[in-house]
Amino acid sequence: MLTLIVNIAGVLLIAAIVWWFWIAGKNTAPAAGAVPSGAATEILVKNGVYEPERIRLPSGSPATLRFRREDPSPCAEYVLFPDLEVSAQLALHQVTEVRLPAAEPGEYPFTCQMQMYRGTLVVE
Amino acid sequence: MSELKQTFRLEGASCAGCVRKIEGALAEVPGVEDARINLADKTLLVQGDVTPQACIAAVQNAGYGAEQVRVSERERREQQRAEEQRHYRDLLRRCYIALGLGVPLMAWGVLGGDMMVNTPGQQLAWGVVGLLTLVVLVYCGGHFFTGARRAFLHHNANMDTLVALGTGTAWAFSMLVVVAPQLLPEAARHVYFEASAMIIGLINLGQALELRARGRTSAAVEKLLQLQEPTARVLRDGEERDLPLELVQVGDRIRVRPGEKIPVDGAVEEGSSLVDESMLTGEPLPVKKASGDFLSAGTLNKNGTLLFRAEKVGAETRLAQIIEMVKNAQSSRVPIARLADTISSIFVPTVMMIAVLAALIWFNFGPDPRAAHTLVVLTSVLIIACPCALGLATPMSVMVGVGKGAEYGVLIRNGKALQQASKLDTLVVDKTGTLTEGAPRLTDIEIDPGFAGGEDALLRLLASLEQGSEHPLAEAVLSAAREKELELASAEAFEAITAHGVQGSVDGRRVLLGNRKLMQRHNIDIGDWPQTVQKLAQEGRTAMYAAVDGSIAGVIAVADPLRQDAAAAIERLQKLGLSIHMLTGDNEGTARAVARQLGIDSVHADLQPEDKERIVAELQRGGAHVGMAGDGINDAPALARAEVGFAIGAGTDVAIETADVTLMRSSLHGVADAVELSRATLRNIKQNLFGAFVYNVLGIPIAAGVLYPLTGALLSPVIAGAAMAFSSVTVVSNANRLRWFKPGEAA
Repeated sequence: MLTLIVNIAGVLLIAAIVWWFWIAGKNTAPAAGAVPSGAATEILVKNGVYEPERIRLPSGSPATLRFRREDPSPCAEYVLFPDLEVSAQLALHQVTEVRLPAAEPGEYPFTCQMQMYRGTLVVE
Repeated sequence: MSELKQTFRLEGASCAGCVRKIEGALAEVPGVEDARINLADKTLLVQGDVTPQACIAAVQNAGYGAEQVRVSERERREQQRAEEQRHYRDLLRRCYIALGLGVPLMAWGVLGGDMMVNTPGQQLAWGVVGLLTLVVLVYCGGHFFTGARRAFLHHNANMDTLVALGTGTAWAFSMLVVVAPQLLPEAARHVYFEASAMIIGLINLGQALELRARGRTSAAVEKLLQLQEPTARVLRDGEERDLPLELVQVGDRIRVRPGEKIPVDGAVEEGSSLVDESMLTGEPLPVKKASGDFLSAGTLNKNGTLLFRAEKVGAETRLAQIIEMVKNAQSSRVPIARLADTISSIFVPTVMMIAVLAALIWFNFGPDPRAAHTLVVLTSVLIIACPCALGLATPMSVMVGVGKGAEYGVLIRNGKALQQASKLDTLVVDKTGTLTEGAPRLTDIEIDPGFAGGEDALLRLLASLEQGSEHPLAEAVLSAAREKELELASAEAFEAITAHGVQGSVDGRRVLLGNRKLMQRHNIDIGDWPQTVQKLAQEGRTAMYAAVDGSIAGVIAVADPLRQDAAAAIERLQKLGLSIHMLTGDNEGTARAVARQLGIDSVHADLQPEDKERIVAELQRGGAHVGMAGDGINDAPALARAEVGFAIGAGTDVAIETADVTLMRSSLHGVADAVELSRATLRNIKQNLFGAFVYNVLGIPIAAGVLYPLTGALLSPVIAGAAMAFSSVTVVSNANRLRWFKPGEAA
């Protein structure tokens, strides 16, 4: 009986991992509604996440994003927009402005150097 | 007290009353802890956690104007260093505390102490240890747990997730053993508090060491920042004042004394001096600067006092742009890392699944004590997997490699350029300005016996005639005359005849200078001179006939002299396995002669500027990986077409903006340096990626227990923690090895 419970629990756990990290994460994020737009928002860099992690920007004009880094670990030191060829070193406990060039509509991921911090820039 | 300090430049504040009013207004802004005004500099310093907009609004409401002064890059760096140092000490303290509990516990286990829970006494004792471990987990490893939680809420998983799950599971299992041992078979009543504490301690230690090693990766930018002066001696209202650099404005007049660094970019107004620009251009000899000459921030004034007007300040100076470019390139992505990036993005959830699967296998098929084995395998797999090593593999090497390039005057635009430079097998070189000085000089002057007068007399006539010409060769003749301090006469009836030469009258004498066609046109007998002309052409010089008053007077030749180090640089590039193609607008004969002197096999002569791009494209179609070196001004399309465009322009602004690689000094050695450096960096990246892959690919199965049939033991979670902590330190240290890179330049 115990064996059965443990096995079922294990399989359910694996299914939950797949669902939570790969399926639910993709489906719920755009529907979250609270996708801030424009450059006025401050993006908080803390505890392994960018908050907000989805940023909406209009296409065709350059923009400036404001990052406030509160995580002293070196992982959080850089933010990269690989598709836009933009990167910036974030100062600790300060706001760093990151200038982005005008971009075509689409989704552009932004990450830390090690891809542990992840966010998405939605240009529309 | 908050450590956040902001400086503002005030407008309209001029009296003590203003000071009180503004300081009073700011005191009411929430978050402001201290506000001080320096009336002499008209600056406001605000301390406290408050946005600059709120401060500016408060000043404006009080009836004045304020503008935020950006903190200088150097100051910002210093603040960051201090923060890093604090974080480092913090990590070490957490490490010591965690190991302070973990090491004695582990020693107890290793020395044969009982780690099992069977009696109420043991329950009580281990219960106390369990609570102590909880304190360690919260105090020393709390950041892993908050990080994991927040990431989880964002459907994200990172290294914190693995550490938190691994140590948390070990602690929870051990507490279950303590609280309700009867739920588990006797052989499985083992506690793993030492593992939780040790892992937290070791990972903190690893992060501290990594932080240390990382600090060294940005040494190059640090060096460039050191070039920036923190203050400037500004002349305002007839008074000289030392002002912080951030307060210097365009148009300010600045004095620089001997031995001081130029604080901002500008143009000399008074005085003259030698200025050492080697830090920016790599040019070893100091350059003479006098009224009107351009000065770059960061260069060193050697012997005179200069007064200059600031033209570019702050982020606009050339030095600031170089620093910005190096920093950007240092954190840019390299295509080779794409696979590692893809793996990183799915790594943590995958490891979590592997851990659960491995645990299930041990639970179902493993030997007794199954519950204990299951837990050990679960914890070890979670802990040994290191996404950091994988993620750090490329960025660290790029950081050091690009920085190293800057040290040698090689500015690499981004990671892609770095990777492509390592693969080049063909280098296309524009002759003028790259292999040669780019400024033709008079090399020969030979006199016909029939000409009455010496070399100087002929040169004087020709130079006087050429005064009206705009041809580049005319400049060579004129500067030769200037060097000899000849007094020129004015030319009359000057005429330039396309594809022939020039003619006119000097001192009433009819002077012709041009090719054979010009001489034929005027029926001048050129005797044996064509042989001399041919011989000169074979040596790569452009020879012209000179005639005075209807008869031949001699032959002069001009040549664009080869750069001193061109031959050595070409040889070095060839040794690196690059085949060199020379492009030039010169005629075939001259071009071949130059190529022969330099040991270049492939020559493309008689080219129009637009042909250069076509040749690069043709070579690429033939399967070659083509790099192109030029001065960045008239060969921009070819530079853009090539896989890597090297702009040899001593750092002109245009070149910095467009080229993949900008060489600050005017030497092809820079291209060889760039190729060598890119190869060394790519080799380093591959070592790192290979190491990180192999570590995870071997480590995870070992942690899952594949060696158990051979060794009869499972990998201890503590060993897994140590391995994980030091894997990322190893990657960073390997990248740091690049700091010892030295280009193989013989010169």
